[in-house]
Amino acid sequence: MKTFNYHVPKAVKEASKLASTSSAFLAGGMTTIPSLKLGLATYKDIIDIKSIKKLSGIKVSGKSVTIGATTKHAEVAASKEVQKAIPALAKLAGNIGDAQVRNRGTIGGSISNNDPSACYPSACMALNATIHTNSRKISASKFFTGMFETALKKGELVEAVEFEVPEKADYQKHPNPASRYAIIGVFVAKNKKEVNVAVTGAKSSVYIDKDLSKKLTSSFSSSSIEGIKLDHSEMNSDMHASSEYRANLVSLYAKKAVEAC
Amino acid sequence: MASLVGSRVERKEDGRFLQGKGRYTADINIANQTYAIFVRSPHARAKIKGVDTSKALKSSGVVGVLTGKEIAEDKIGGLIAGWAIRSEDGSEMKVPANPPLAKDVANFVGEPIAVVFAETLDEAKEGAEKVKVDYKILKAVVDPSDAMKSEAIHDGVDKNLCYDWLLGDRKAVDEAFAKADKIIKVDLINNRLVPNAMEPRACVVDYNTASEEITLYTTSQNPHLSRLVMSAFGGVAPENKLRVVAPDVGGGFGSKINVYNEEIVCSWASKKIERPIKWVAERTESFLTDTHGRDHVTHAELAVSNDGKFLGFKNETIANLGAYARVFGTVTPTYLFGPCATGVYTIPAAYSNVKAVYTNTAPVDAYRGAGRPEATYTIERLVEKAAMELGIDKTEIRMKNFPSEFPFKQTLVHTVDSGDYVAGLEKAKQMADYSGFEARRKKSEASGKLRGIGVSSYFEACGIAPSAAVMSLGCGVGLWESAEVRFNPTGQISVFTGAHSHGQSHDTTFAQIAADELGVPMENIDVVHGDTDKGTFGMGTYGSRSLTVGGIAIVNACKKIVAKGKRVAAKMLEVNEDEIEFKDGEFVALKSNKKKTIGEIAFACYLPGQRDEMKSPIPEGDEPGLIESSFFDPANFSFPAGSHICEVEIDPDTGNVKVEKYTAVDDFGRIVNPMIVEGQVHGGIAQGIGQALHENTQYDETGQLMTASYMDYTMPRADNFPEFNLGFTCTHATSNPLGVKGCGEAGAIASPPTVMNAVIDALGGQEISMPATAEKVWKACKTLKKSNAKAA
Ligand SMILES: Cc1cc2nc3c(=O)[nH]c(=O)nc-3n(C[C@H](O)[C@H](O)[C@H](O)COP(=O)(O)OP(=O)(O)OC[C@H]3O[C@@H](n4cnc5c(N)ncnc54)[C@H](O)[C@@H]3O)c2cc1C
Repeated sequence: MKTFNYHVPKAVKEASKLASTSSAFLAGGMTTIPSLKLGLATYKDIIDIKSIKKLSGIKVSGKSVTIGATTKHAEVAASKEVQKAIPALAKLAGNIGDAQVRNRGTIGGSISNNDPSACYPSACMALNATIHTNSRKISASKFFTGMFETALKKGELVEAVEFEVPEKADYQKHPNPASRYAIIGVFVAKNKKEVNVAVTGAKSSVYIDKDLSKKLTSSFSSSSIEGIKLDHSEMNSDMHASSEYRANLVSLYAKKAVEAC
Repeated sequence: MASLVGSRVERKEDGRFLQGKGRYTADINIANQTYAIFVRSPHARAKIKGVDTSKALKSSGVVGVLTGKEIAEDKIGGLIAGWAIRSEDGSEMKVPANPPLAKDVANFVGEPIAVVFAETLDEAKEGAEKVKVDYKILKAVVDPSDAMKSEAIHDGVDKNLCYDWLLGDRKAVDEAFAKADKIIKVDLINNRLVPNAMEPRACVVDYNTASEEITLYTTSQNPHLSRLVMSAFGGVAPENKLRVVAPDVGGGFGSKINVYNEEIVCSWASKKIERPIKWVAERTESFLTDTHGRDHVTHAELAVSNDGKFLGFKNETIANLGAYARVFGTVTPTYLFGPCATGVYTIPAAYSNVKAVYTNTAPVDAYRGAGRPEATYTIERLVEKAAMELGIDKTEIRMKNFPSEFPFKQTLVHTVDSGDYVAGLEKAKQMADYSGFEARRKKSEASGKLRGIGVSSYFEACGIAPSAAVMSLGCGVGLWESAEVRFNPTGQISVFTGAHSHGQSHDTTFAQIAADELGVPMENIDVVHGDTDKGTFGMGTYGSRSLTVGGIAIVNACKKIVAKGKRVAAKMLEVNEDEIEFKDGEFVALKSNKKKTIGEIAFACYLPGQRDEMKSPIPEGDEPGLIESSFFDPANFSFPAGSHICEVEIDPDTGNVKVEKYTAVDDFGRIVNPMIVEGQVHGGIAQGIGQALHENTQYDETGQLMTASYMDYTMPRADNFPEFNLGFTCTHATSNPLGVKGCGEAGAIASPPTVMNAVIDALGGQEISMPATAEKVWKACKTLKKSNAKAA
């Protein structure tokens, strides 16, 4: 590991000011620290944002659930309020990685990193989330721009993620047996106006499957998507799963999610 | 006094392990130590045109940089193959040189080329990045099936073939096959596994400039053997100037048998730079350079009669040795594999032919079970397939071919002293509710799932090993074990053993047997191992040998203590020796009922003086002190055996395989500590299920290891297992005084075919290779659906 300057700002402004092209924010460290250790990334400055009080915590109103950026997966999973408002979100958090990962990893780190097989991005997409940063609000559909890429600019910090409370929702994941990330994950949300089927793990970045969403919007039942064959030409194929297998899993888990709603 | 042997004594070592008080190699620090980082080949096969160390030497904190050139100049020897195997045509095996630092060619990703020592770990890393190696990349040989057709990777090793070995009689087999009603055939791949000991390899070397003694602290399963190899073959230091200490070791599974490059290099270098050196592997280095396990490609055939009698067996295997032949590398796919491949059956004619090939991959060596899991997988897949094709119940066909009496002269090499295979299988059937399976299958089917049941009956040859036998087969050393029992004057006892515990609980088991022999509380006994300056000598721990060989040496040393105690007691109690009985720690004069405790005798043994009416307690011809040692060389291997039954349920939509039930009935002879034995079986089964369903080592066509971290290499986890249902049949071994058989490897030997037989049963007999991952199983389910649709 190369040496770096370690900063512990107490306020968002200070954190943002410290950021440069060779810095990283440190939230749970579940991605940043292994990258440093393996020499995949080197930074001049590591800006630890865990001491910024404002960034942590859960707020639930009738219409939305807002989760602070440094809130840990384990906290979301255990939150009675989240369990009541959006049980699918608590379930998603409770199935991320393993206990150690859930006790360190954060929602802000997860979405900022935008790993193609991360779970939270699918919830953001399906639940029409708004990403609150220190300078603006970004809708989820504009936030995830590509593999490990987001709309965040240099020094821009995610402060919180605001999810719309759906009528019903469920998340189903086929875990990678080694890492327990998602081989694929499907978040189905029945919102007031539409049904969103967000898929993670299948392609280079999270996406809404328009076909499945449309079919379920017109009739919210698993029979309406029964046996649907998805185009797998753009899906990921690697040693863990072929694109064909992923396509099968996406339609299968979409069905399971609808049934579990 | 109640016997401790046979009881569930809690482990003496748990306290320190559970409280984080274990003392591992990486916990050891020596004042003024430097840190070593190895420069490793990023290529699977490359010519080394030059190594430029000039920038690294100038890097901050760097104390020294050494390469293959210097180690060759100092005539330090390389790594060795411990067994000399001959080919069928009588020629000796071909073994390439394996220098500790590659000088001219690199033959696998991760092979060390140079080493950098620096004041801090970070500085060593910086320095290592500045070593510039000029490589000419060559085409790598990766697939063992292609190795014989590919360019030779080592000079003098034609076709990359180490040997083409045969055991058995081809002609007799051909005759048997000609008479058979049916020939059952399988093509199998025994998947390569990374051992993944929880503690990565490490070493700390301290060179004493005054005494010129090197102390090597290392993660070894066999410190004395390491010293011998480093001294005799490495030429690092004479044996009396080399102390090897293997303190707490966090798992080995075979991967810590070898003396590795890093240990040789750091020991040699410590003397050269006159500084202590510390090296600790990172996890990636473990994946790349620990010796791997298995990696066989097998075609096997079983000739059968229509009523299910086995008539002949053929086994044609290509074994991948990886880049180099290591300590047990050449014997694992031959004598540890071939003889056991006929399983627990009387088969009149059989042969095993193994071609061992070199490839540009990490060296392959013994891994829990070493050869016997591959053997059991081969025969038990064949037997299960035979049952299916002949329409005979899978347990019945096994019973039909079990030996009718013991000793059982097994087809190829072994004479199995004891066992009761029928009792084991009957018990397993009953515990697994075998007869209730069809009902469970229907229930699974009703919920859209596929259910399968698999059986495997195994025996294995462990407790290695009778020296005469193994040396005649090519082993470079005898595989006896030593023990020393040392009574201190005040009554505490140190038991020194040459076996090494890295998860086997010797502190407890060995104390139990010594306590019983000496009639003292277990608490008075300390088991000492892992330090060449303490124990006499030892061959270490592998091949389920610790208790069956090392434990017997302890028993024998204890018996010598008791014999001397009797002589001393007789003198002290003024009776003849044959009038003394030793029981429960007391020497009793039968007639007078006068007695001396063993503690009193020990004390007396250290006080041979006389004054006034006090007489010396030491009989004439005896020496003072109460210390005895023993070297035990077993007369035969030990042959644990048993039957395992597994039930799986498959979700055809995802291909997920769930192990629903797992029953294991094993015969380990007399059991010293059932709790510890169950732990060993649990671990073995877990590893075997890992091999069957999860673990896969994948190299790409250029020889890069694709599964070099836990993000990609699937280790089995607790939630992959049901509760294991264990039973025992205990026919005592006749080859040792305790009647014990090895138990360390059996779980990993029996379980892969058991699980795979169940998966294949669920898939309607479709062959599928290990690991049966969800996607593979999903594809097979689709094929099954199609063929069922056609049939309907
Ligand atoms: C073994 C393992 C299994 C995992 N399994 C899963 C899984 O099943 N599902 C899943 O979804 N995830 C999984 N993860 C990911 C994990 O849950 C974390 O969410 C993820 O690693 C990053 O979050 P973190 O808080 O640790 O971020 P860090 O590692 O601290 O940071 C990651 C990146 O995000 C940036 N960042 C962090 N916080 C902010 C912020 N507030 N604003 C802007 N940028 C920020 C950092 O600069 C950095 O570039 C797994 C990780 C591991 C190691």
